[in-house]
Amino acid sequence: MTETDNIIFDTASRIFEDLSTPEIINAAEEGEWPQALWQAIEESGLTLTWIPEANGGVGASMLDGFAVIKAAGGAALPVPLAETLMAGWLLAKGGLEVGTEPMTVAILDPVTSGLSWDGTALSGTALSVPHARNAKRLVTVVDMGNKSQVLEFALSQLESTQPAISPHVNLAGEPWDTVTFSKAVPTRFADLEDGTDASSAEALGALVRCVQSAGAMSAALELTIQYSMERVQFGRPIAKFQALQHSVAAFAGQVAAINAAADSAAEAVAFGDVIDHAAWVEIATAKTRLEEAVNTGAAVAHQVHGAMGFTYEHRLHHLTRRLWSWRDEYGSDAVWSIRLGEEVLQWGAEGLWPNITAVSDPR
Amino acid sequence: MSVTRFRFPYVEMPEVASQLRREVRQFLAEERANGGFVPMADCWASGMSAEFSRKLGQRGWLGMTWDKQYGGHGRTFLERYVVTEEMLAAGAPVMAHWIADRQSGPQIIKNAQPHVRDHIIPRIVAGECFCAIGMSEPNTGSDLASVATKAEKVDGGWKVNGTKLWSTGAHGGDYMITLLRTSPVDTNARHEGLSQFIIDLKSPGVNVRGIADIGGQVHFNETQFEDVFVPDDYVLGEVGGGWKMVVGELALERSGPERFLSSFIVFQEAMKVLVNNPTDKTREVLGQVVAKIKTLRRMSLGIAGLLQEGASPEMEAALVKDMSTNFERELLEKIRSVLPQHALVSLDSLTANLLREGILRVPSSTLRGGTNEVLKGMIARQLGMR
Repeated sequence: MTETDNIIFDTASRIFEDLSTPEIINAAEEGEWPQALWQAIEESGLTLTWIPEANGGVGASMLDGFAVIKAAGGAALPVPLAETLMAGWLLAKGGLEVGTEPMTVAILDPVTSGLSWDGTALSGTALSVPHARNAKRLVTVVDMGNKSQVLEFALSQLESTQPAISPHVNLAGEPWDTVTFSKAVPTRFADLEDGTDASSAEALGALVRCVQSAGAMSAALELTIQYSMERVQFGRPIAKFQALQHSVAAFAGQVAAINAAADSAAEAVAFGDVIDHAAWVEIATAKTRLEEAVNTGAAVAHQVHGAMGFTYEHRLHHLTRRLWSWRDEYGSDAVWSIRLGEEVLQWGAEGLWPNITAVSDPR
Repeated sequence: MSVTRFRFPYVEMPEVASQLRREVRQFLAEERANGGFVPMADCWASGMSAEFSRKLGQRGWLGMTWDKQYGGHGRTFLERYVVTEEMLAAGAPVMAHWIADRQSGPQIIKNAQPHVRDHIIPRIVAGECFCAIGMSEPNTGSDLASVATKAEKVDGGWKVNGTKLWSTGAHGGDYMITLLRTSPVDTNARHEGLSQFIIDLKSPGVNVRGIADIGGQVHFNETQFEDVFVPDDYVLGEVGGGWKMVVGELALERSGPERFLSSFIVFQEAMKVLVNNPTDKTREVLGQVVAKIKTLRRMSLGIAGLLQEGASPEMEAALVKDMSTNFERELLEKIRSVLPQHALVSLDSLTANLLREGILRVPSSTLRGGTNEVLKGMIARQLGMR
């Protein structure tokens, strides 16, 4: 992150710190919508960081938006800010005006999706749609031959032409709902500009989860270090034990790695404001790299916190449960590593090294 | 959040570095094609070729970042990064000059007497003078302050007695930058009383003995000093200031691309086999290792960018070395896990030979330049836990 992004990260973190407290996050898991938090987010303009001024946005850079998403991950934010940013970015890519109300995205694996769009209505079922019950609008992307379209649906469920929502939760207890479209009619739809389609939308989702995870990993490391210095056993803080120091050092390495990988992918997308092939490779790298980071990080965080951190009362699970869920969303590491591996096979022995160094070539 | 916000800024190579990369790639392709070298694993610590080093010197690829007034080329850290990573990725024999180019040269420029500096530096830049490091001893490994080899003041210089161990390349080196005890140990200030010396390895009383590693190859050495005379002007910096100097030197060598690219040539050669009839397991492994290499490179390059700006990212460098050196082993194991049987057991394939070399070299990666256990302790200290 650049210095500007650090400032944005700090500003967003401060807003979240006051209004995304452990109590509020727990209440959200019980189904209570944190209106004060959302209102503060809307009023601060954070929902519009990815929207060009021409589409109703604030003209911030895409990296600013990623800094906000990283802070949101660190705060275990119980509202669909990341999804609202994604939805807005996709709408803007279709040239549509974007508002500030909470939105969500139904982005499906373009290969296995069962959704069908006939040009006027959409049918099929989307699983794990974040915050569908809380969002006002849902955005999705469909590929149709040589072009792709962005569709926007209202989620009030007042009419039979609107998508139907049945509640589900992810591993973190976040409302990840099932949305059924029965000849659902979008409120708006538009052709997407070249370079944006269902698979780039999925890649954006994967990147957003990596960036959120980078924030959550940093926050979990911070909690872990603090706790290790406070907790006294055998007459000294447990931080003083070498075995524990080595575990935390390994954790720190994973935090550093996922932040570096997520930043690299975010920069590649921000550079052209599009998910081109170079950006796709960076995203595949980050999402593949995420698994080991989360696996090691969450394990050490819990090990150091002991039984205390295993209780519902302790806030650690707000981060670790999200990390365990996010690594699977928009393609797990199993999916992305195979995709990246296929790409590497295409590079071949001769292309291997030049393609690895390409990321730092002059853009 | 201040403690855990690691810095690995995006680095975009300037156009001049990209141009340089093309030149280096072309040079390496030609050298390899005409038999100038056979690629090897862990080439920066096992591929000694004075002739190859001289060729690099002629091209201006040694002492690249050093000031022109001292005989260097006044180029950026990023340009040097390009040259070193290209050499490593190709498995080129860069061992002879590696230590001198990476750390002895900068140390000499900063701390040596002007006439000593002018005597040594231009020859390093030309690829005609090589250095080794004398830090470890038979009873001194991770605990560097326990150095016992001593220098006693005599008329016009110092008399050195003792033994240095594990000095990579000392058998082909001209000088050893040597950490010596110049005053008796003070148990309350163990880091004091140590000084660095430039010792000419051809001096009377110096005896360099090669030590075979587990693969039977001689890369490192035991060096005995018996009443070796070192003139006063070959003391590096202040007498008694050795500790601070070696700590800085170790930090300098920590985050370079040699920490995660030592086994890359094995991967590169194995790719020629792996592209045939790949399975999803192969794809998964390729995806995993490339994701790791790309991430480590981002981190390592980010540190190079910070160094160029004059920052000293010690925590980041320690993290990168710890993860990179662990990755060296992991890379070999992952590649091995997907190579077909014939590629593993064949006696005459470059892939199989490189893999064997790599496996036999890799235990040193998490030992040299500070063990990973010591590194983790340093990281914990930086995190505020110690």
